[in-house]
Amino acid sequence: MSDPLIHIEGLRKAYGTTLVLDGLDLVVRGGEAVGLLGPNGAGKTTLLKILATIARPTRGAARVAGYDCAREAERVRGAVGVVAHGAHVYDDLTALENLTFWTRFASMGTSTDTLLAALSELDLEECADVRVRTFSAGMKRRLSLARLWLQQPRVLLLDEPFSGLDQRARKWLEQYLQAFATGGGAILMATHAFGRELDVVGRIVILANGRIVLDAPRDTLHGDEIHRLYALHTEDAS
Amino acid sequence: MSFARRTWAIVWKDVLVERRSKETVNAVLFFSVLLLFIFEFTLGADRERLAAVLPGLLWLGVLLAGLLGLGRTFVLERENDCWEALLLTPGDKGAVYVGKLCGNLLLMALVEVVMVTLFALFMNVEIGRAMPGLLLVLALGTLGIAAIGTLFGAMTAHVRARELLFPVLLLPVLVPVLLATVKATEALLLGEPLAAVSHWLKLLGAADVIYVVTGLLVFDVVLEG
Repeated sequence: MSDPLIHIEGLRKAYGTTLVLDGLDLVVRGGEAVGLLGPNGAGKTTLLKILATIARPTRGAARVAGYDCAREAERVRGAVGVVAHGAHVYDDLTALENLTFWTRFASMGTSTDTLLAALSELDLEECADVRVRTFSAGMKRRLSLARLWLQQPRVLLLDEPFSGLDQRARKWLEQYLQAFATGGGAILMATHAFGRELDVVGRIVILANGRIVLDAPRDTLHGDEIHRLYALHTEDAS
Repeated sequence: MSFARRTWAIVWKDVLVERRSKETVNAVLFFSVLLLFIFEFTLGADRERLAAVLPGLLWLGVLLAGLLGLGRTFVLERENDCWEALLLTPGDKGAVYVGKLCGNLLLMALVEVVMVTLFALFMNVEIGRAMPGLLLVLALGTLGIAAIGTLFGAMTAHVRARELLFPVLLLPVLVPVLLATVKATEALLLGEPLAAVSHWLKLLGAADVIYVVTGLLVFDVVLEG
């Protein structure tokens, strides 16, 4: 069995008196893709933010790729690829300029041919010189995925990555995630969807009121069982 | 080298965005010219009164126009959560501070060129002889204002009342810079040599070093929130 790339122990996060994560324990190993389900306010985004080092835990420990998220944030950042709610793109730059900026800022030294190849992967090559201001939300999401494609992360932290994508881009993302996990990377994907998105994960974790209420292999949950268990646990929790 | 490349990436991106949107440049230049007209109408053609208040007016103009630009330094980074992406990119975050500082220096330099030229033309002030010294005072004063303004711009970027909070925080800290720049400008415009204002220049230099070093040291913490 491969080493854990995400290791969470007794993780708690509170904003003032509001407890968002309440003593979470979770291990995701290399080659594993975990789908994180839960109602609004369950703590999915907060958990991803702590793992991405954007937020700090109140108590407990979280390690990503062997590094402590609170004490070794810079090393963690070098190991993770993040797709968040925001597309992380500048509206007044073109698609190519956005990729140029982010690769320069990350000191990646990527050639223009590689940047164009990344745009081509996401069917954005014809929009390379078009300002992002004119892009739809789905196109902006594809551009942020092109950026992800250029990185070499060991862990992917994804918050609703399929949101706004058309069928072609969804298929691309499914294939990319499958290849990423097969290559030994770990994926933690928060989602509200119960459809094809969950086909890329091998394990499902349901979060409610800051606690893990279900952690089961995907292939043990058939048909409407995910819906049933989700409704059962999240209603219980609320 | 990596720090310089990252800094250059920030400057390149900010200049490109500003060149296309022209949001800050247009507002700041229009505001500067407007201020100048107000001063001109208020003071009239009384050269004696003008000479007495000119250094203060010049720096008031630079400061007020600068406040508009400096306060918006990090507003761009809120677009599509780019602030988060800057934070997530591994590497020295001081490069973001220095890059933003360079962008602000460019913007303020543009404002100053316009303001000084228009001051000289509209108010019929002879500044040719004082120009070398004046340039030095402008450079040191602008660095001080931009250095601390960039830091406070980052600190207040996520605050709801940032338009109120930014000048309230910034202006008290800028007192030594404003005092030194106004006094040095006054002396230079009265024809005194540069050596006569060396104590003000030393104060400006010291303030600049303190502000830039403080910015570099605490910017990581500010960016992390």
